[in-house]
Amino acid sequence: MAQQETEAQRAANHPSLSTLEREAPVNESPLHGIWALTNRDLKKWYKDSLMLLLSLIQPVLWLGLFGKAMNFGAIFTGSSFNIPGLNIPKQVLNSLASQVMQQTFGTTDYFSFLAVGMLSFISLFMAMSSGNSLVWDRRLGFLNKELSTPLSRGVIPLGKVFAAIVRGLTQAAIVLVIAVLLGLSTSHFSVVGILGTFAALFLMVMGFSAFFVMLAVRSTNQDTQIMIVNLLNLPLLFASNAMFPAKFMPGWLQPVVQVNPISYATDISRQLLLGSSGMASLGFDFVYLGSFAVLLTVLGMVVSWRFLSR
Amino acid sequence: MVLVGLVDSSTSGQVASSEERPLPQPPEEVLKIEGLTKSFDGKTNAVDNVSFTVFQGEIFGFLGPNGAGKSTTINMLTTILRPTTGRATVCGHDLIREQTAVRRSIGVVPQESTADEDLTGIENVLLCADFYGIGRSISKPRAQELLELVELSKEAERKVITYSGGMKRRLELACGLINRPRLLFLDEPTLGLDVQTRAAVWDYIRRLKDEFRMTLFMTTHYLDEADNLCDRIALIDHGKILRVGSPSELKASLGGDIIEVEVQSDPSDLSQAIATIPNVVEVRKSDSDYRIKTKLGEETAPAIMDALRLAGARVTKISISKPSLDQVYLEYTGRSIREEHAEAGSATPRKGMMGMRRRR
Repeated sequence: MAQQETEAQRAANHPSLSTLEREAPVNESPLHGIWALTNRDLKKWYKDSLMLLLSLIQPVLWLGLFGKAMNFGAIFTGSSFNIPGLNIPKQVLNSLASQVMQQTFGTTDYFSFLAVGMLSFISLFMAMSSGNSLVWDRRLGFLNKELSTPLSRGVIPLGKVFAAIVRGLTQAAIVLVIAVLLGLSTSHFSVVGILGTFAALFLMVMGFSAFFVMLAVRSTNQDTQIMIVNLLNLPLLFASNAMFPAKFMPGWLQPVVQVNPISYATDISRQLLLGSSGMASLGFDFVYLGSFAVLLTVLGMVVSWRFLSR
Repeated sequence: MVLVGLVDSSTSGQVASSEERPLPQPPEEVLKIEGLTKSFDGKTNAVDNVSFTVFQGEIFGFLGPNGAGKSTTINMLTTILRPTTGRATVCGHDLIREQTAVRRSIGVVPQESTADEDLTGIENVLLCADFYGIGRSISKPRAQELLELVELSKEAERKVITYSGGMKRRLELACGLINRPRLLFLDEPTLGLDVQTRAAVWDYIRRLKDEFRMTLFMTTHYLDEADNLCDRIALIDHGKILRVGSPSELKASLGGDIIEVEVQSDPSDLSQAIATIPNVVEVRKSDSDYRIKTKLGEETAPAIMDALRLAGARVTKISISKPSLDQVYLEYTGRSIREEHAEAGSATPRKGMMGMRRRR
């Protein structure tokens, strides 16, 4: 409103400025610019063919190496069991093996178990890079430019968060397709299930990228950011059920798994895509993840509002 | 009228809330700073109680050595940094309470290139337009117009990473103008540019002032540039304003022109005789030379000639030199070379690579 008054003042008092001041209606919503910022970050990603290629290759490598190399199912098959004095028929062994697998991983093959965990994993990695991107903006002066425009300070982290979400979900979609090609069981797939899975990943990336942007809000050193990411990524991942079922983890680790949002995103995905029995109900999972996402995003906006400028 | 505007802007909280009131006259002061202070560590002031005023339609130069507080001041006036104390009114809006309105009315052309190098020239300008919430139907033709102004139309579709330094600077100018600001901040607009690009930038600056009646606030290290372009200049050092005035006022403040006279060797001291001539401020004698500081050099010189002739001395050489802005600058800021630690906390990325340490 104050703005409109100024425009009117100017037009009235400086007729000679009319050509210059032929003012355009501007979007004054405090949230304007989110899409512009998101799109800017995304352009840097999809217009750079090498970046795009690498981000496509990365999930393939992970799936191939982790998913296929860690072939837990093979432990029970073949002639590996030969207990003297007991002549256990092959069928019994095989059915025992699939029982064990089902009980441990909630599905008969470890690849399917891991492939779904990999969706969380790859999305998490995208979320973690958002802080570093903010540090670069600061160092290259782009952040100062943003700060001198009417962009709201709270919107700046949101741009990073949404870009991370789009990139994370894109990569997750690629992982899912490749995993299906490599043998992920699709017997439980449904449209709702897939949408639900991506909704869960959306919330998880949202919360984590807001968290990492928050850590970077005053930082001027991208090495620090890389250190933080390296420090946190694997612990965060392994202290969740993404790679291994929580119920077989030591007692001291279980509480950590229970609060780790990655566990909830993965739990949702496994329930929806594989039909596994989960560690909590879908409803609880979504409420937990949703609260995590909203809480950290709001916190990220507040922190940026307060600390982006000194 | 000016006062009315001032009063209104200082109580702008009320202005904004009551739509029924008649529109206030716009203040002639585009920028009014009162006691602006910034301290990064709570002990020393990078900018110390700075006050000055910039008027509508002028080119205001902001000069000072490295680390004097120029960038910190600009960063405060462009809402990038928060002032520790003091206040300012920018285009009639309170710097602290009406940040968004301030940001809408100003343009910033930073010292270093801040364009996104992975995007093309036009994408960068459009991105800036988005930051102001300007719709595509308006921002597109405007961006093309601006790129034409800075002669980058042909390169508009090229990624900025392929641009030369001069092209980046011109692109920065186009970005700074996208919201048609009333007040444009230029931080060392010609630093590191070749002679041609410098001349082109000077030309843009003059056009912005003459054709668009824009107010420009610029810093520079080139004193000839300041002398040529600026209507008024503020000299700042150690965070304090030393002097504000037009280039000729500043030069006059040195005491005026210097007349140097050489007389045929004559042991008698004629200093007294010269000192009594009107307009003469100071006389110094060395051997047979006199160095005379005077106002209105052209008019005083003949009088000196007459006086010397009357005293029986024969003038063999005479020269009048006008003080340059360089002399003014050195007179007020001294000759010592500055380290930049005074501005270590400023948020200018160029220095920032080293200077912007993380503060905990």
